[in-house]
Amino acid sequence: MKPIHEFLGHLLAALREIFDENAYQRFLLRTGAAVSVESYRTFMQEREVGMAKRPRCC
Amino acid sequence: MRELRKILIWGAVAIAGALAMGTIALRRGEPINAMWLVVAALCSYSLGYRFYSKFLTAKVLALDSQRATPAERLENGRDFIPTNKWYVFGHHFAAIAGPGPLVGPVLAAQFGYLPGTLWIIVGAVFCGCVQDFVILAFSVRRDGKSLGQMARDEISKVAGVVAFTAVLSIIVVLLAVVALVVVNALKSSPWGTFTIGMTIPIALLMGVYLRYLRPGRVMEASVIGFLLVMLAIFGGQWVSHSHTAAAIFTLSGSALAVLIILYSFAASTVPVWLLLAPRDYLSTFVKLGTIAMLTIGIVLIRPTLQMPALTRFIDGTGPVFAGNMFPFAFITVACGAISGFHALISSGTTPKMIAREPQVRMVGYGAMMAESLVGIMAVIAACTLQPGAYFAVNSGAGLVGQTPAAAVATISGWGFPVTLDQMNTMAKDVGEDTLFFRTGGAPAFALGMAKIFSDSLGGKAVMALWYHFAIMFEALFILTVLDAGTRVARFMLQDALGHIWAPLGRTSWYPSIVATSALVVGAWGYFLWQGIHDPLGGINSLWPLFGICNQLLAAVALCVATTIIVKMGKARYMWVTLAPLCWLVAVTFTASWQKIFHSNPLIGLLAHANQLLALNPAPAGLARRVFNDRLDAVFAGFLVLLVTVIVVESALQWMRVISGSKAAITSEAPFVSTRYAAEEAA
Repeated sequence: MKPIHEFLGHLLAALREIFDENAYQRFLLRTGAAVSVESYRTFMQEREVGMAKRPRCC
Repeated sequence: MRELRKILIWGAVAIAGALAMGTIALRRGEPINAMWLVVAALCSYSLGYRFYSKFLTAKVLALDSQRATPAERLENGRDFIPTNKWYVFGHHFAAIAGPGPLVGPVLAAQFGYLPGTLWIIVGAVFCGCVQDFVILAFSVRRDGKSLGQMARDEISKVAGVVAFTAVLSIIVVLLAVVALVVVNALKSSPWGTFTIGMTIPIALLMGVYLRYLRPGRVMEASVIGFLLVMLAIFGGQWVSHSHTAAAIFTLSGSALAVLIILYSFAASTVPVWLLLAPRDYLSTFVKLGTIAMLTIGIVLIRPTLQMPALTRFIDGTGPVFAGNMFPFAFITVACGAISGFHALISSGTTPKMIAREPQVRMVGYGAMMAESLVGIMAVIAACTLQPGAYFAVNSGAGLVGQTPAAAVATISGWGFPVTLDQMNTMAKDVGEDTLFFRTGGAPAFALGMAKIFSDSLGGKAVMALWYHFAIMFEALFILTVLDAGTRVARFMLQDALGHIWAPLGRTSWYPSIVATSALVVGAWGYFLWQGIHDPLGGINSLWPLFGICNQLLAAVALCVATTIIVKMGKARYMWVTLAPLCWLVAVTFTASWQKIFHSNPLIGLLAHANQLLALNPAPAGLARRVFNDRLDAVFAGFLVLLVTVIVVESALQWMRVISGSKAAITSEAPFVSTRYAAEEAA
């Protein structure tokens, strides 16, 4: 059971990274802000140019 | 004992791989099981990863576990973040995997399953994985610099400008081609059009949810978005059965093209959080889940391939696209084997997340292996269809006859029997009026995927749902590529125009945003319009042009990589990138030459223009069609010229460095010891 649990844990963490949830958590840690509409808006503003410049392959 | 066990295990993998390769390459006259392809691919990837990538790591790149990466040295909590290797792998794979490895192999299946399969496996192990791996490694060693910056620093300023122009050109053609695939998939399909149309309000809803209701809960929003998309698929079934609603959502190719152009323009100008980001999340969620489901489905049902190993169309007379197996099979299958576009991602966000240098191997080489496996799945999905049905779906009306009856007669005459009844039953099974002339690769892939899914789960009763799920899955991918690609090209154009007049470079100045978005959308929209209105053009002309662009970009990346290897004082190993470079130059230059000058009007653009001019009476829109052919020919020639400049500039660098007339100085960042090594020791 432990290896399966570990695998699922890694999978969930990888998905959180892919879906930028970890990036938001890092932003909260860095700025000392709490989860809120305002902090998420600032986070998205900070990432806007980076996200818009990121190509997606065909 | 341990050594002996390793030798036995790897020996068994090699034997299994050789057996599978031998079976798919040599078996003739009887159908084979798809699992042979899966086993051949998995064994080849395992051997390539274990031995070839290890050789590249140790001897060529000399990746150093003691050296700090830019993610560690320049950590800022934004772009530069040391990240767990599995998470970077997922991130990188999600960015490189798109509709390309699904569509290209489906189109190339007209040659039979063998050419595409061999190119996907061998091309990935020796070309694609190597390109992604070395570009990622070199970008990591250069503070995460982009491909264009590395071309400028390592080759010359001219090479930098050429790389920039090549990247912008490929994006324009790429967007036109993928938009054409969506148009062909949704044309006269009220079910598909409704479902895809609904993904726009669903993405907007997700944007609002993330921004105002549950900030930062992206996975939660993606699950809700996915459930709503599934509801939209069921809703599409209702739409297709309602006369009034079906009439509204039954659109012509031209109408769909206008809508997609307008949508992409809007998506490029509205804030990222509202549309681009949520659509990207939704698309990634569906993509990862569906690829996993397809893999499981193929392993569970182990379908038999109906397509022969080789078809008569290896002689270049194929109805899906014209041209001989060499070079056209190798540019049609791009992303599953090697894709220049990946070099942009390997020198984009990924190098800024790598925590330890040795992890570059798993992320760069490994993620491309996974992408290649997706390409193999696409080959299997296409080749499980009856060949007659495959050709009826994928052939344009201009090539096999103007009516379904004429098409079945032509295709059956080629030795691929198919009847009107079979096609009508298949169309009814998937909830469509007809499946004839649905070119572009997406509908054929959706049919194959629906067959595999319905055989694994639900049977024939749910085939229509699976088919539209597959169409939605591909179109969602493609609209995400359109959103993101238009915006990336807009930024690149703004960067360049900013050097001419500074305000144009301001990414927050709305007149500049609107003007550059219109320019980008206008450029790919023109090619899309051309593809829809030329009965013998369309995917037939544009997909090879896209393949040429993509592989030429890979040639640029391999030029940069070879130059760096030579400058590192490792000229004896330059063959690892030089050999794929020579192959790509041979393929792309031959394909470009043939696309421009071939005497067969189905292949040569100039011959096609001359054929049109010789017709009496003149066909409708003669001047426009002749202009389009000549424009495509000039464009293909322009790209070849760009790459010739880079290849010559690079070769001059190699000769100067190897002969000792120039000092081998690379722009590698100075060595800094990683703190992780000390932490590990402690």
